Amino acid sequence: MYQYNEIDQTLVDERVAQFRWQTEQFLAGELSEDRYRHLRLRNGIYIQTHAPMLRIAIPYGVFNSKQIRMLAHIARTYDKGYCHFTTRQNVQFNWPKLEQTPDILADLATVQMHAIQTSGNCVRNTTSDHLAGVCVDEIEDPRPYCEIIRQWTTLHPEFDYLPRKFKIAVSGAVNDRAATQLHDIGLHLVKNDAGVLGFQVLVGGGLGRTPIIGKVIRPYLEQQHLLSYLEAILRVYNLFGRRDNKYKARIKILLKETGIEKFTAMVEQEWQLIKDGRELAAERVEEMKAHFAPPAYIPEAVADKSFTQYSADDKAFATWVKYNTAAHKVAGYNAVFLSLKAPDVPPGDMTDAQLDAVADLADRYSFGEVRTTHRQNLVFADVNQADLYAVWQQLDALNLATPNIGTVTDIICCPGLDFCSLANASSIDVTKEINDALDDMDYVHDIGELKINFSGCMNGCAHQSVGHIGILGVDKKGVEWYQITLGGSSDNEAAIGERLGPAVAKDEVTKAITTILAVYVEQRLEEESFLDMVKRVGITPFKEQVYADN
Amino acid sequence: MQIIKDKNIVDDTWQHINDDEIIPAGEVTLSLARWQQEKHALIHHAGQLGVRLAPADDVAVLAGDVKRLALIELEFADFADGRAFSQAWLLRERLDYSGELRATGCYMPDQAFYLARVGVNSFQPEKFADLPVMLAKLNEFSVHYQRSVH
Repeated sequence: MYQYNEIDQTLVDERVAQFRWQTEQFLAGELSEDRYRHLRLRNGIYIQTHAPMLRIAIPYGVFNSKQIRMLAHIARTYDKGYCHFTTRQNVQFNWPKLEQTPDILADLATVQMHAIQTSGNCVRNTTSDHLAGVCVDEIEDPRPYCEIIRQWTTLHPEFDYLPRKFKIAVSGAVNDRAATQLHDIGLHLVKNDAGVLGFQVLVGGGLGRTPIIGKVIRPYLEQQHLLSYLEAILRVYNLFGRRDNKYKARIKILLKETGIEKFTAMVEQEWQLIKDGRELAAERVEEMKAHFAPPAYIPEAVADKSFTQYSADDKAFATWVKYNTAAHKVAGYNAVFLSLKAPDVPPGDMTDAQLDAVADLADRYSFGEVRTTHRQNLVFADVNQADLYAVWQQLDALNLATPNIGTVTDIICCPGLDFCSLANASSIDVTKEINDALDDMDYVHDIGELKINFSGCMNGCAHQSVGHIGILGVDKKGVEWYQITLGGSSDNEAAIGERLGPAVAKDEVTKAITTILAVYVEQRLEEESFLDMVKRVGITPFKEQVYADN
Repeated sequence: MQIIKDKNIVDDTWQHINDDEIIPAGEVTLSLARWQQEKHALIHHAGQLGVRLAPADDVAVLAGDVKRLALIELEFADFADGRAFSQAWLLRERLDYSGELRATGCYMPDQAFYLARVGVNSFQPEKFADLPVMLAKLNEFSVHYQRSVH
């Protein structure tokens, strides 16, 4: 993974010093609430329902054992012993004290971590495929490009006060695991007819109140023009994005109101004026790629027979392998998912003890590296198959081996009303109720791939619009209600879910979900996934059953 | 009144003329609208000329004028409105403006470093008392990742 050089370290250290001064000024009454708000947000600090929340960047979801131990230290020292992994591959602490946040950032800087631009109206953490570099369907490893983008967007002097937040995602594989069509800019690494690597550029995707699928504005961009093209898009957005209404300020609205032809022409025109002379040097790309060179895989791994034997002997292990591991491009290795979706735990949460143990396991079994996923789980990307049984046993002891990755209980869930000051409704307790109703793992496995995304308000942090089943908490005269959508997807065939009908009461949500699942199980064709069935039959059969009593 | 210019605290020698005021001799700034209306008549103005830009102004309209202008002011109405950063970049890089480029209005000392990186070389803080802080903040970071203005 990327290692800081002197420039990176200096920048992060100087940023901590800057924020410490800003916080001191605020606490001394020298800096107004409004001004400090903009400054603290750009350092990841929100003021939440109970306490400040600190969001720390995990660039494109890649971090190492040393950094995980630091998160454990922060959880113990400054928080209540746990943290929360987000849909944008970051990590959040819900209980720090405001006056201690500069100290936390200083601690983070000692292990090459920061919270720069994890909130505020600026360019956020660049996200990517959690299987980058190891997946079997990869065209090119996106991580070197993500790091190039990370550096370019960090403290960019021109683009730190944008009309609204700005998110970039990069995918380098055939299957999009980074929800790139739902980002302000989505980049797909592609090859042209001559086999030369470049980017397909999408703009204007996004969730929240107005979910929109991104549109391709350039089918192929030579890779050396990556940064000048991003600059052109951001300049057009900075100058022409709406600033009169925060709900209409994202680039998706600019693109929609301007029209894709005109918007594209504006970007292309700007780009033509800046592209020459600022190409990404091939040496720089190569230098960056060297940071992401494959680890020292053992050639003998492929000869292992124990894995097959264990799989045959131990059904529970075989089930875990089926659901919680992914194929690896190197024979004899697998990527392993650590499920942060155990039934009795808020989705995405981890304790300090789990973090420390995971750091040890990463060192022992996966070259000291861990990834965060868009669906709020973790990944050991490079596990020797001969070690899988031992890894499984140890993860199981840590409550991190629930075999439910990609299934109906692998629910993406925001913190909801329990923590978030924006939320209209709670999400964690309802998620637990759904989990409790689905305690039969055989049934869960029979249902197969099904993504439930659950947000406590229309800001949509849990991406409910693109859940196969989406649940959205709304407030109606002080009472929590829940809207259900079906058929959304953030994969290659990205789609916004269709509303099932009127919102249901809080105590009806679990019944509605189990009814939807029952309709699927009853009416599916052989091998037909839930999403495929919704595409085939529409929402009517589900609607009829869910609202049958009304 | 004092301002920061090229990292020094100096007196502001310019007169900032409202649209309904008579233009006196000497160093004067005008609104963009007035400049566009009167720029031909001002050929014989005794003194240097400057223009004040609002966030929504398109800097490209000054393409033919930048050689005549000794000062361009970017007036922040709201520190969170970042259009001035792009306006500054465009003036320096696209229009090759080489005169004084000054940030005025409602912005924070914490933004001065970014402004300097996009070509602003003079700063009028909201409060006189902010001058030393703003001056110090111009050196807040010793490193950066991006190329910016030449």
